[in-house]
Amino acid sequence: MNDIILEMRNITKTFPGVKALDNVNFKVKRGEIHCLVGENGAGKSTLMKILAGIYPYGSYTGDILLNGEIQRFTGIRDSENAGIAIINQELALIPELSVYENIFFGHEIMKGRLIDKNQTIISATEVLKKVKLDVNPVMKVRDLPIGKQQLVEIAKTLSRNANIIILDEPTSSLTEQESQNLLQLLKKLKADGATLIMISHRLKEVVAIADTITVLRDGVTICSMDSTQKRINELEIIKHMVGRNIENIYPKSDERGFGDIYFEVRDWTAIDLKNNRKVLDKVNISVREGEIVGIAGLMGAGRTELALSIFGNTPGYKIESGELLLEGKKVKFKSPMNALRQGFAYVTEDRKRNGLVLIQDIKFNITISNLDSVINGKFARVVKVINENEEIIVANQYKEKLGIRAPSIKQKVLNLSGGNQQKVSVAKSLFTNPKLMILDEPTRGIDVGAKFEMYNLMRDMVSQGVSIIMISSELSELIGMCDRIYVMSDGQITGEVRRDEFSEQRIMQLATNIKEDRSCESFNYQEAI
Amino acid sequence: MNHSTIKKPSKLVFSEVWALLKENFSNYAMYVALAAIFILFNITTNGNFLTGRNITNLVNQTGYVAVMAVGMTLVLIIQQIDLSVGCAAGFFGACAALLMRNGMPAGLTILLVLIGGLIGGLCQGFIIGKIGVPAFVTTLAFNFIFRGMLSLVTEATGTIPVTNEFFNEISNGFLPSIFTVAGKHGSTIIIGALIIFILIISQVRERKDTIRYNFKVSSLPIFIVKLLFFSAIIGSLSYVLSSYNGISWTILIVAIVVIIYSFMMDRTKIGRYIYGVGGNREAAALAGVNVKSIVIFSFASMGLMASLGGILFTSRLQSATPTAGIGFELDVIASCFIGGVSTTGGIGRIINSIIGAFVIVSLTNGLNLMGVGISYQYIIKGIIFIIAVAVDVISRGSRAI
Repeated sequence: MNDIILEMRNITKTFPGVKALDNVNFKVKRGEIHCLVGENGAGKSTLMKILAGIYPYGSYTGDILLNGEIQRFTGIRDSENAGIAIINQELALIPELSVYENIFFGHEIMKGRLIDKNQTIISATEVLKKVKLDVNPVMKVRDLPIGKQQLVEIAKTLSRNANIIILDEPTSSLTEQESQNLLQLLKKLKADGATLIMISHRLKEVVAIADTITVLRDGVTICSMDSTQKRINELEIIKHMVGRNIENIYPKSDERGFGDIYFEVRDWTAIDLKNNRKVLDKVNISVREGEIVGIAGLMGAGRTELALSIFGNTPGYKIESGELLLEGKKVKFKSPMNALRQGFAYVTEDRKRNGLVLIQDIKFNITISNLDSVINGKFARVVKVINENEEIIVANQYKEKLGIRAPSIKQKVLNLSGGNQQKVSVAKSLFTNPKLMILDEPTRGIDVGAKFEMYNLMRDMVSQGVSIIMISSELSELIGMCDRIYVMSDGQITGEVRRDEFSEQRIMQLATNIKEDRSCESFNYQEAI
Repeated sequence: MNHSTIKKPSKLVFSEVWALLKENFSNYAMYVALAAIFILFNITTNGNFLTGRNITNLVNQTGYVAVMAVGMTLVLIIQQIDLSVGCAAGFFGACAALLMRNGMPAGLTILLVLIGGLIGGLCQGFIIGKIGVPAFVTTLAFNFIFRGMLSLVTEATGTIPVTNEFFNEISNGFLPSIFTVAGKHGSTIIIGALIIFILIISQVRERKDTIRYNFKVSSLPIFIVKLLFFSAIIGSLSYVLSSYNGISWTILIVAIVVIIYSFMMDRTKIGRYIYGVGGNREAAALAGVNVKSIVIFSFASMGLMASLGGILFTSRLQSATPTAGIGFELDVIASCFIGGVSTTGGIGRIINSIIGAFVIVSLTNGLNLMGVGISYQYIIKGIIFIIAVAVDVISRGSRAI
């Protein structure tokens, strides 16, 4: 039990501008369940992607040793051949194909030049037994609930004789019952001799199942704890996950009083149209004039969905109930356009995907949300002719004010650094003169200097009476900037923390909270069988 | 660029030219291609290509493709496609012929047909934008529908001849000469000179403006060379045209369409939104752009341009035939892509699509003059099309990030 099957030694991986992993060491014993935990962005998934060959040999430094031998995976095929399989958070099944076809996809059982369908079904049935999944192998994967799809994924890896199975957040989209079943199965697989590495945010599950727990923080291995001798407690893990000093980069708030409640969300419930899951469940939050309210939570907790649905953008899900109150009056936004007109602004967490038009220049991106204010003259108003000179003045003002570093405002946004892109994204929102700004991960992927500028800008805005809702995965930043923090988990607000009670542990506890009552979600579980 | 200041001036200019060419490669490539085609054909046809008569013919031939390419540019920029424009042009052209045969005056006919085209486009835009049926499917379906309607209206009589002189003038007539200078068409010379004058004035003003805002401008010699280059093109074009019948009504119509659309795309809010939706649909939506209405608008404008194309084509043939318009969409789409509209949307200029249309029609025209058979023409067009887009993709790819 003590021999090391896998060792990752001094792994360093850099992305442009970010050191994702810094000399990480990671050892896994044969036949154990090894849990890898850490905050968002700690480097867990990156480490596992290196192991699975998704980031090939040469794109990182350090060594992977499998049974003591150095491995050089150039792709996922290599790692598969070495017996390593990864199951990502987003399942890699083909919904329109049947269960058996999925299990042997890419490794088809052949009879001459044709696929041996009967043999495939027989083999599939055998593997399905191993994962205790009792479904007809000719069923389409599409028709299975997500929990069973997960089992199909595991069956797929078993069919390839993988002896190291990596599971990235396997329970994040499962119901409580499904999660329990999965954990039972993992224990059984361990008993059958498999080695399992699991990334999870759900510390309860980690504690229940792990033999060893490794904590990563900011791309560094913090510790590796043996859980077989002495039961590790959740709080201890949290302490290691967040245990860093709050750097002194947060500008002091000027301890002003706040105004009245400016905006309020009541019993806001949204349903994912794809799988009928509640993405938001009776969310109640409020923000006062000049207040910075934080929303903490782990990935998938529903924070971005909350922000976007408030902003009138709900692709793929619908608001089932709830209301929005602006200065006590009910409002409803059919589209972001309406929200913008009411003085709302949303700065996206993913500026490249839905924040910026990358192939256009800085000027274009800054003014697009409020072109009417760079249109003047009678004729121009009728035909909506943009006064380009006016536009250039505006764009230059924001370039100056936010310190966007670029040779000119005619620079394509594509060619800017992450921090400068973020500033353009914020400038776009500022130019609409918002009364309420929703900042979704405003400092993601930008360097410390740019972060500091962002914080100063936020202080600036609230001192002018703007209200801010700040979503962030960085607890230290929320604690440094916010006046109040709501914590979300599984689409619900699990707690509200006031400034005098701020502590990373308290927030992490609330964020990893699993409500036992999730009966509403096991709806199609029975139906689908 | 501090290090470049120590270089010799001549080297400086050279490196600037090089940088300018590299940066604007896809913008200039089609001008170069067009020039190459013109020169090549002029040689292979023993000078028959670059005559006033043939150029006039060429421009008039390009008219209907050009206006549809303008509409298509918008559609392609927002990452959509319209496959129905060919049969739409055929159908609306036939409608015009039919209405006039039944005694309707030309002016009213044109108005009604344009409204019809607009409504046709609106319908498609609504289905694509509001209901969400993919453009490929919707416009393919409308291609069938328009084709069916075209054969319905031409069923009874077959080809419908157009006898209305005013209508036929559109694609066959010319602006009055007013006076002649050394045997040349007077008004054409004056208009040519006027355009050059406006071009120089506006360019100089824009340059001054840019300098006022402390932006980098191209150096003076290059600016002058650029101006001379464009003036020379316009000058020689009007000279060549003036030695035949001068400026045709088609040129005027195309020019008006181009000016309106270029202005809309470059200067107005709706143009901004179109580029925004094409560049990043989700970002545009979050910036408060009503993406659906942009989609509907683009298809409505496409419908309008398709019916205008139909009018130009019918007027040119002086009749509507049961097969008119079939396959036009291919020339139109090819024109836009040759003109540098990005295959992934977000990038494209009206004027460049027009140049693209000229490239396509020049090929047809030149190969005809050379006596190349229609089968080979298609093959050659196909090859040129692929090369043009490949060059564009490669030049963009190397510039990305």
